[in-house]
Amino acid sequence: MLQRAEILGVRDFYRDYFAVAVLIGAALLMVGAMLGAGRLIRPVRPQAEKYVTYEAGSDPVAGWGQSNARYYIYALLFLIFDVEAVFIFPWAVGLEGLGTFGVVEMTVFIVLLALGLVYAWRKGVLRWA
Amino acid sequence: MFALDIGWGTTLAIKTIVILMIIPAGALILGYVFLLKVMSHMQSRLGPMDPGGFHGWYQLIGDGIKFLQKEDVMPTKADKRVFAAAPAVVVLSTFLVFAVIPMGPDLVVKDLDIGVFYALAVSSLSVIGVLMAGWASANKFALLGALRAAAQLIAYELPLLLAVVGVVIQAGSMSLQDIVLQQQNGEIFGWDFIGNPFILTQFIGFGLFLVASQAELTQTPFDMPVAESELVAGYMVEYTGFRFLFFFIGEFGTAFGFSALAATLFLGGWSIPGVDGDWANILGPGVLFAKLMIVAFLMFWVRFTYPRLREDQLQALAWKFLIPIGLINILLTGVFKVAF
Repeated sequence: MLQRAEILGVRDFYRDYFAVAVLIGAALLMVGAMLGAGRLIRPVRPQAEKYVTYEAGSDPVAGWGQSNARYYIYALLFLIFDVEAVFIFPWAVGLEGLGTFGVVEMTVFIVLLALGLVYAWRKGVLRWA
Repeated sequence: MFALDIGWGTTLAIKTIVILMIIPAGALILGYVFLLKVMSHMQSRLGPMDPGGFHGWYQLIGDGIKFLQKEDVMPTKADKRVFAAAPAVVVLSTFLVFAVIPMGPDLVVKDLDIGVFYALAVSSLSVIGVLMAGWASANKFALLGALRAAAQLIAYELPLLLAVVGVVIQAGSMSLQDIVLQQQNGEIFGWDFIGNPFILTQFIGFGLFLVASQAELTQTPFDMPVAESELVAGYMVEYTGFRFLFFFIGEFGTAFGFSALAATLFLGGWSIPGVDGDWANILGPGVLFAKLMIVAFLMFWVRFTYPRLREDQLQALAWKFLIPIGLINILLTGVFKVAF
């Protein structure tokens, strides 16, 4: 059986995020209302040329442009450090209680991850060749 | 003084409506003060002076109405539904940030326990909107711009997070309200006249936060995703009328949000020394606004003075300087926290 205080706590938790949900709904409503108002006012004069893909004035060349595959390396590196951040935040909140042990522990963790960054750096993946 | 007894549902509704008004208003204020006026004066020109009002501020109203009555052009090749939804996602992420920013002891939509973390998480949702816009436009410039934006936003997400961790360590809490109170009631070396604004101890974090938010906002010198001279406008190139305006609101609204966040985390938010209780509720929004305008001025000052970096320089700056500095800052803060 849950205690009354626990039930209230859970209810507050859901209320907090219910507020977020309300804000999402309100934002979407506002976007819709503004677009709706625009629809009432704006002119519609369809011409085939208007709907051609913009390529600086000349006729668009078929197919896709090139994009640099190097971006995926950054995505991988990002993943490592982003997950690290998820671990660091709870540690940062509880550091007062953890004391010296906490600092040493996190130093080891960060150094290990930093080694990964150093490895990537030495491998030259951070250089844009 | 304000012993109003209204239910939480009504309170929530009022707060939501206020937030809905704050964001476009904030975007307009920043757009007018900085983009039209400060930028012009820094570059030795007047900007719009003629439309009427003080220094021609009616220009903004004219711009708004102009966007409202623009034809909505959607290229035939575009992925219609994604194309239409992308600006909404960008605006949504801007709105959600404001849910946790406190403007006074009681003036906050919801003071979530994980406030800062939540704010940074929802602010990065805009990457999805940008990618959607770039991909759905079926335009080479747009796709390039979106890929650049995605790489840039994720690279600078990390310094932003790491800069904030220092503050969280000092405050021992992720709730923004707690962080403000810690700064108001704190002391530094036994001297508590002005409390302890975290900028005094977290100046490295503050610098990191400013640089990283500059990049998150894709402002010059980090504006390659929208570089108008090479990619015309990047992911926004196919957008017209109000959908284009949503990207604008998203950009300046987020600038407003990040300035407010920086002011809250490092400059003490709504608190000023010697003001408590109801007076803090009354003066709080004004104080926060003053502080955020100072931060915003710094951001826009850099925007108007520096040339654009190259794409590889941008990535190198994040990975080789900002992230290592951020990690070192965290460890130093941790050591100091435990030592004192």
